[in-house]
Amino acid sequence: MSGAGGRVATGLVLAAAALAGLAMLGLPAFYESFLYLIFSWIALATSWSLLSGYAGYFSFGHGAFFGAGMYTTATLTTGLGAPFLATLPVAGAVAALLAAGIGAVVFRVRRLRGELFGLLTLAVGFVLATIVLNTRIDGGPGVYLSAVPLPRLLASPTGTLYLLGLGLAAATLGAAYGIAHSRLGLGLFAIHDDEDAAEGKGVPTFAYKLLAFALSAGLAGVAGGIHAMYVSYVTVGETFSITVPLYVVLMSVLGGARHWLGPAVGATLITASLYAFTGGQQAVLGRAVVALALVVVILVLPEGVVPAGLARWRRWRPRPVPVALASPALVAPPRADAVLACAEVWRAFGGIQALRGVSLRVEPGEIVGLVGPNGSGKTTLINVISGDYAADRGRVTLGAETLTGRPAHDIAGLGVARTYQIPRPFARLTALDNVAVAATFGAAWLTPAEARADARGWLEFTGLGRRAAALPHELNLHERKFLELARALAGRPRVILLDEVLSGLNPAEIASAIRLIQDIRARGVAVLFVEHLIRAVLELCDRVVVLNEGAVIASGSPREAMRAERVVEVYLGKAHVVA
Amino acid sequence: MPSLTLLGQAVVSGLLAGGIYGLLALGLSLSWGLLRLVNLAHFALALLGAYLTYQLGTAWLVPPWLATLLIVPAFFALGLGLHAVFAYFRVTEFTSLLVTFGVAVILESAIQWFWTADYRRYETAYATASLRVGPFFVPTLELLAGLTAAALALVTWAWLRFTYIGKALRACAEDPAMAVAFGVNRRAQAFLLSGVSAAYAGVAGGFIALIATLAPAQIWAWVGVVFAVVIIGGLANPLGALLAGLLIGVSESVTMAVVTPAWAPLVSFSVLILILVLRPDRM
Repeated sequence: MSGAGGRVATGLVLAAAALAGLAMLGLPAFYESFLYLIFSWIALATSWSLLSGYAGYFSFGHGAFFGAGMYTTATLTTGLGAPFLATLPVAGAVAALLAAGIGAVVFRVRRLRGELFGLLTLAVGFVLATIVLNTRIDGGPGVYLSAVPLPRLLASPTGTLYLLGLGLAAATLGAAYGIAHSRLGLGLFAIHDDEDAAEGKGVPTFAYKLLAFALSAGLAGVAGGIHAMYVSYVTVGETFSITVPLYVVLMSVLGGARHWLGPAVGATLITASLYAFTGGQQAVLGRAVVALALVVVILVLPEGVVPAGLARWRRWRPRPVPVALASPALVAPPRADAVLACAEVWRAFGGIQALRGVSLRVEPGEIVGLVGPNGSGKTTLINVISGDYAADRGRVTLGAETLTGRPAHDIAGLGVARTYQIPRPFARLTALDNVAVAATFGAAWLTPAEARADARGWLEFTGLGRRAAALPHELNLHERKFLELARALAGRPRVILLDEVLSGLNPAEIASAIRLIQDIRARGVAVLFVEHLIRAVLELCDRVVVLNEGAVIASGSPREAMRAERVVEVYLGKAHVVA
Repeated sequence: MPSLTLLGQAVVSGLLAGGIYGLLALGLSLSWGLLRLVNLAHFALALLGAYLTYQLGTAWLVPPWLATLLIVPAFFALGLGLHAVFAYFRVTEFTSLLVTFGVAVILESAIQWFWTADYRRYETAYATASLRVGPFFVPTLELLAGLTAAALALVTWAWLRFTYIGKALRACAEDPAMAVAFGVNRRAQAFLLSGVSAAYAGVAGGFIALIATLAPAQIWAWVGVVFAVVIIGGLANPLGALLAGLLIGVSESVTMAVVTPAWAPLVSFSVLILILVLRPDRM
């Protein structure tokens, strides 16, 4: 991985140096201006994709952050006489702070996902435009920057702006590449596919979204600061028009918003083709053609040009899959020094009391079965332990740590892993990367490169070694269930919560799953095993806890608990003796 | 502090402006709530309807009511056509936002191509007519628009609630696979709803032509406010959309009267953000 990273970094630096050298030799001003525009759009589109492409939160407010940067530079240079270059970091900071403020409010709303976020960010542009227009920041007539001195990096002013644009575009692309291959990037990709599952695997989703949003807005702010100088006359109408959000979305989607290079390719294609339509009615036609391109591309190539091209290329030259360094089953066993304990846990949904004071303990190396009829609260208990739901009352502890009240990613980090009854893999990540997410963020906390090597081991352990490069939709149910197990194990848990891992499997698959769970127990992990299949419960569990209507009605050794009168009654009904 | 009469007049104007918001929000709320399609092109359709009414009226002297009668079935067909594209390419909730964004820009460009970016005003004899109720003036056209919005909202609500098709549509929104298993013809109903939603845009367009000054960029001026109305009103809730439209209309118009007109655009978003923060489960 680092080899590829080094090559990309060298490539970027060489390309930037070559383009900078071109300017030093003296390009005609027309080309400098034209290329500056391309660089500016590359920076904008690429920065947009950091949140919107990687994490899937489409923002229609990128123009607002761009505009915030423009007006910051315009105000500071004309109002306070600040030197132009010094205003650029401030422009970025103002935009980043604005985004962080918005994010801190909207990302807290748990149900506020994709499309609603898009509309709210669209509103941000209108709100900002209204504020700027009605206060001393602009007040109506616009701001002239023609008197602001431009530092002479190169002989001509266009050359200087060209260099600044080039620098920003290269820095943004570098950031996009770096993030795509880092822990942050892996977390954002996971958020894109299934945010709740990502949080459950230990991704600090709130912090990551906020960070990506602030970074994305900050880079747009710097681009705006430079652009204020380029246009030298800043107006509300032009700055906050729909053009920036429209083009940024189009460029990224056209190129491929999930690939670090995609938005840059899209930006270059669109800026160049827009240049063909300039002036009067032609501009109207140009806009229509660009919009039509957007519609067609989204309908035909929803993933974008770059990923589609890469997929074609890979069919010719398949990429080697990383090899496992060692079987992780043999490396550092999970820490097994803690007991999972629930004490008097209550939870209601509206009027339905799902859990009524449930208490149970799971010791390291022990398998405790949790059984009960449908709707008895088994999955709710798992959700409370893993932090997906908050408990109304009661405490869940792991060793000395209290789990209740912590966010789910924190609980995952402490070593609690779960599987989902219906597998919830990250749909656009390969099986290998699905497991790597858990190894990167769970209690294991490996670097993404280590995590991939580790993930291979877990895939081997669960018998999925040959499916590493497959996408989840290419796996069958049994493989997806085992992928859930591999993801749970890769976090190096101290406690593992298995929610009906056997349902829907055939007898041979069940037998291999049972062997797997015994293996897991042998490594000192505490297992809470929710299952309807009583044969497996009897075979595997050291103890059984029976739930009915949210309360524990029996517990003890499997045979004992299952024979308790209340349990038989719940499962089979009361015996009525006919006299 | 303005006088009570001025404030009362602001409330009246707000209610009437809110009727148009409600009318625009109605079709949007239906397609988003029941088909999971976020249709930005809805605004462009409404404006296209307005320009067509204007064109028919000024160039061929077709009266606005007749123009609306012509436009509504045409837009119904247009809605079917758009939906055919969405259905063919299996557009999801998310991509619908992008695709319809593109469609809206194409329509905007088309409008600008034919009618230029200049402001257009459809002058009619009754454009300035108004009723006098006590101390307040009630413009007749806007009253008619408000009443139409209320009637359509009520009819749509009853349609969703009491008819088989309405119930089937709601069932499809809840759980498409299950509804289909119970014999609901989801495809046909999605087409019907898209057609109805586009027809509503046509109705709104007719009133916009008579009440407002037309410019192509007007499409984007509505987006923020009307989406705020849709979200506040609750998805697929016709009466909610109407009431939210009135709420936003009144708060905007009171802000204009009490503070200053320039700050009015902030109102709807402040209300929206407030509601999202206080009642996050509104969706």
